[in-house]
Amino acid sequence: MDDLVNEFLVETRESLDILDQEIVQLEQNPNDKALLGNIFRVVHTVKGTCGFLGLSRLEKVAHHGENVLGLYRDGVLEVTSDSVTTILESLDRIKEIVDHIEQTGEEGDGDDSALIAKLDAIEKSASGDAPEEDDIFTPVPASETAAVADALGLSEASQKEEALAEEDEEGVEAEAEEAQAPVAAKKQEVTKQDTGTAPVKKEAPTVTQSLRVNVDVLEDLMTMVSELVLTRNQLLQILRNQKESDFTAPLQRLNHVVSDLQEGVMKTRMQPIGNAWSKLPRIIRDLSNELGKKIHLEMIGQDTELDRQVLDLIKDPLTHMVRNSADHGIEMPDERVKAGKPEMGTVTLNAYHEGGHIIIQIKDDGKGLALEKIKKKILDNGVATEQQLAEMSETQIQQFIFHAGFSTAEKVTSVSGRGVGMDVVRTNIEKIGGTVELKSKEGEGSVFTIKIPLTLAIVSALIVEAGAEKYAIPQLSVQELVRASGQTDHRIEFIKGTPVLRLRDRLLPLVSLKKLLKLDLRNKSNAQAKEAIKELTAGDLEEASKAAEQAENQAQSKVEKQLAERDGDKYIVVTQVGPYSFGIIVDRVFDTEEIVVKPVAPILRHIDLFAGNTILGDGSVIMILDPNGIANATGDMSVPDGAAEQAKASAEKAASNEQTALILFRAGSGAPKAVPLSLVARLEDFESEKIEFSNDKHVIQYRGQLMPLVPFNDEVQVKKENDNRHVIVFADHLRSMGLVVDEILDIVDEFVSIETSTAKEGTFGSAIIHGKATDVINVGHYLSKGHNDWFAINETDDPFETDLSKHVLLVDDSPFFRNMLVPLLTIGGYQVTAVESPLEAIDLFEQGKDFDIVVSDIEMPEMTGFEFAEKVRGSNEQWSNVPMIALSSHATEEDFERGREVGFNDYVAKFDKDEILLAVQDMLKKQKTQKEQEKAGV
Amino acid sequence: MCAMQSATRVAEKQRVEGRASGIAGHEDSQEFLTMVIAGQMFGLPVLQVQDVLDRQQVTHIPLAPPEIAGSLNLRGRIVTAIDVRIRLGHDMPPEEDLKNTMSVVVEHGEELYSLIVDRVGDVLTLTSDEYEKNPPTLDQVWREISGGIYRLDKDLLVLLDVSKLLKSVYPDATLSEKE
Repeated sequence: MDDLVNEFLVETRESLDILDQEIVQLEQNPNDKALLGNIFRVVHTVKGTCGFLGLSRLEKVAHHGENVLGLYRDGVLEVTSDSVTTILESLDRIKEIVDHIEQTGEEGDGDDSALIAKLDAIEKSASGDAPEEDDIFTPVPASETAAVADALGLSEASQKEEALAEEDEEGVEAEAEEAQAPVAAKKQEVTKQDTGTAPVKKEAPTVTQSLRVNVDVLEDLMTMVSELVLTRNQLLQILRNQKESDFTAPLQRLNHVVSDLQEGVMKTRMQPIGNAWSKLPRIIRDLSNELGKKIHLEMIGQDTELDRQVLDLIKDPLTHMVRNSADHGIEMPDERVKAGKPEMGTVTLNAYHEGGHIIIQIKDDGKGLALEKIKKKILDNGVATEQQLAEMSETQIQQFIFHAGFSTAEKVTSVSGRGVGMDVVRTNIEKIGGTVELKSKEGEGSVFTIKIPLTLAIVSALIVEAGAEKYAIPQLSVQELVRASGQTDHRIEFIKGTPVLRLRDRLLPLVSLKKLLKLDLRNKSNAQAKEAIKELTAGDLEEASKAAEQAENQAQSKVEKQLAERDGDKYIVVTQVGPYSFGIIVDRVFDTEEIVVKPVAPILRHIDLFAGNTILGDGSVIMILDPNGIANATGDMSVPDGAAEQAKASAEKAASNEQTALILFRAGSGAPKAVPLSLVARLEDFESEKIEFSNDKHVIQYRGQLMPLVPFNDEVQVKKENDNRHVIVFADHLRSMGLVVDEILDIVDEFVSIETSTAKEGTFGSAIIHGKATDVINVGHYLSKGHNDWFAINETDDPFETDLSKHVLLVDDSPFFRNMLVPLLTIGGYQVTAVESPLEAIDLFEQGKDFDIVVSDIEMPEMTGFEFAEKVRGSNEQWSNVPMIALSSHATEEDFERGREVGFNDYVAKFDKDEILLAVQDMLKKQKTQKEQEKAGV
Repeated sequence: MCAMQSATRVAEKQRVEGRASGIAGHEDSQEFLTMVIAGQMFGLPVLQVQDVLDRQQVTHIPLAPPEIAGSLNLRGRIVTAIDVRIRLGHDMPPEEDLKNTMSVVVEHGEELYSLIVDRVGDVLTLTSDEYEKNPPTLDQVWREISGGIYRLDKDLLVLLDVSKLLKSVYPDATLSEKE
């Protein structure tokens, strides 16, 4: 049967029950207007709904009843027991029809004309002048119908009680009514007598098929069942430890009953997800009208059931997301046609079960997320810096739409674009232990995938052990388990003390649960350690504790390394929170258990790492870890260490085949300008008022020093009234200089190849960046403008101890990198000779040129860096000792190995300018001490 | 297990008796469960006490303040154990003394807390004549958890204020339902 009809039946029945009582009350207090109004309203609603549902018979009865009630209300008709009886009779008839509908789905074809005539008669009597009580029915013409005549006969009887009893079956009820006998019993009696045509019921189903139960009652029930389940688990655990027990059989039985009970109670809370979707078609329809788009909403899997509580919580987020898809995602029809898509856009909702979870997908075939817009917004909102953005993948940037205050809709519509939304969506979903993922391709559409648990009351959790303590991790966020040991392929590796794991061509950042929970500190035992913990949690002495922690980390990682190398079977719980995957290192993994999440005590709620606690089957209390909290904690951790992030970023860079991050800016007229990001210390905005003029130069007080400001060219004003100046700051040790430009445009990752080398002063030439010709500037040119002696620095107090007399040979086929590295090394205080190919370098050697150090690229066309090194090492003595540093973007383990074999002393990632400088320095220093030792030895 | 139950029973009995005599007794008098921490006698209104337990196995809670000893399972409810000794600034007692520690379970804001003390003593009926406010010179930490002092014949009894105690452990905690 139709849901709508069903609902109507339940509702009508409820209201009729109330009406029965109210009408009786009305009879006693005929002047109670409020009561009358109430009754009238209910009957009116029933009538209205019947008309809507096409239940004509029901409608007719209700209609006539309503008329009479209307007269009561208007005070035209006096409330008499006679008329009330008739009203009640009509209510009974309604009930009877309702029953019939419920049983057969149809109204049945009973004859209501007698009843209607009676109601009409009452109505007409009112329209006559001041009817007397006993003469109510007299004005009805005898010619109406036989039924009316019947009714008339009834009313004509001067003693109504007798008449009712004798002549009319309904009278029985009326009499009883007056005697205030229980209504229900009579009603049934009456209906049976009255409805000759209605099918005879086997049982009188006056009890409704569905009950409305307060949700709280169900919640309580659920909690109790959860407790029962836990207790059962405990009992079973005890039983397992006993070989033979009298309890075995009853406990097994209890086990089954509890399982059934749990399932049953769960069922009471289950609702099809279609309920949450019911409003959506309407919303989409309204939206398409409002926005002038053509949108088709497809819904798959409406029958998928999930917990009522969960359903309630995701209803709003879902609605919001569908709205978003329609508003932001789907393009206008003409745009769609232009893009070669059908005019009609489709938003697809798909729900299905997947291993204890419900997956809901919201898919649209619209324009997808505009990456550039998001980037701009990120910068505008200051959520991330350009540099950070430059290191992020597309997916990572897309995730920003879940941040607060984000909306890429160009204008705010009534629908969306107010910047509240996706963050709330995510928060709401995460609140119920769910996750939301986003995949989007510009021009092709977006897919949001929501993963939520079936129910919140009981969750499945993985029990793990770290530092001899057990913890529970919600199964929902666990992706897989990896056993890491020295023997297997999976081995925990360390980057500067930070553990990582290679997992299917990806580097997975790892976090040690022991370290995270500071369990190792605890083992050192008691007050001191506890004090330390207190300090750490208190957040005081952050610096000190950080240093301590770092030392700790190093010691720890060393130990861990040894452990890992020796036997160290560790388990890694691969966890995903949003787009962020990481591994949690634990000592042992036990099985999974169904647990009831209980909140922790208020005095512990500030610890974000715990989602709650629970009692296990063995009766012990266990803390439940919160993957979100761990992700946050590790996220923070990875900022100072950054190894995991960097590893990821550099892996991405390597994958993107030598893209270079560039800052694009505008200065004066002409093409945009670009400068490698790696050379830039920071970007600043200075107030013009603060810029001073001294010694023929513009300077500004910057970090306790005077920093010279150099305009990019003559067209750029250094000072401008009431306007901030954009400055790119280059810094080197203690010196810095600012390049004044008109506007910072963007940070891009590009393959840079300098196309024209007819460079004017201050540029290397032009390159195509973002489809536009862009001048790549020569930083060195401006540096010497800022400090005349920039390249002549030879500070004795320089911590890096550079020496201009040292001569560096740079071998790199890419002009861009040569151009980038030459100033870098020059700034570092070296003499630099740059050549294009190893062959040229060998020529130089053969000419008898002497170099203190060679820095060489690996991937070069004529001769690779490896071959070059072999050649150099294999040649005469003079060269064979020259330190060599390999530069490469592909810094894999094998490459390192190969590099060492062929004679490179060090291997450095090409993008890391600090690393390059450091490596050069280290190498020279080593050489120096070596020489000194040799001298001493001689 | 057995010891725990008997201890519980004692507490229950005391509670019942306490209630009975509380009604019958003088209006100003109140009954207190006494306990000893590092030689100092403390008192808790007997009606606040839910259970008295002997030493329990607790689950350590990492990152929690040091005075949080952990949590334990009391008949299906999770109870947070607070080591009052440490809260008061004493060192951890030697291991052999630890074995004899007892816990007093109190309810606060619908949560159960178990206060670990060295020893639980008698129930005393005390009148308001014997009550004094905290001396202003009292140690800061002690003042944070004490609700006043009762003068006994031989001893002084420090009234333990549970809500103040919890607040001193973690001030920002939403201990909303203050009793």
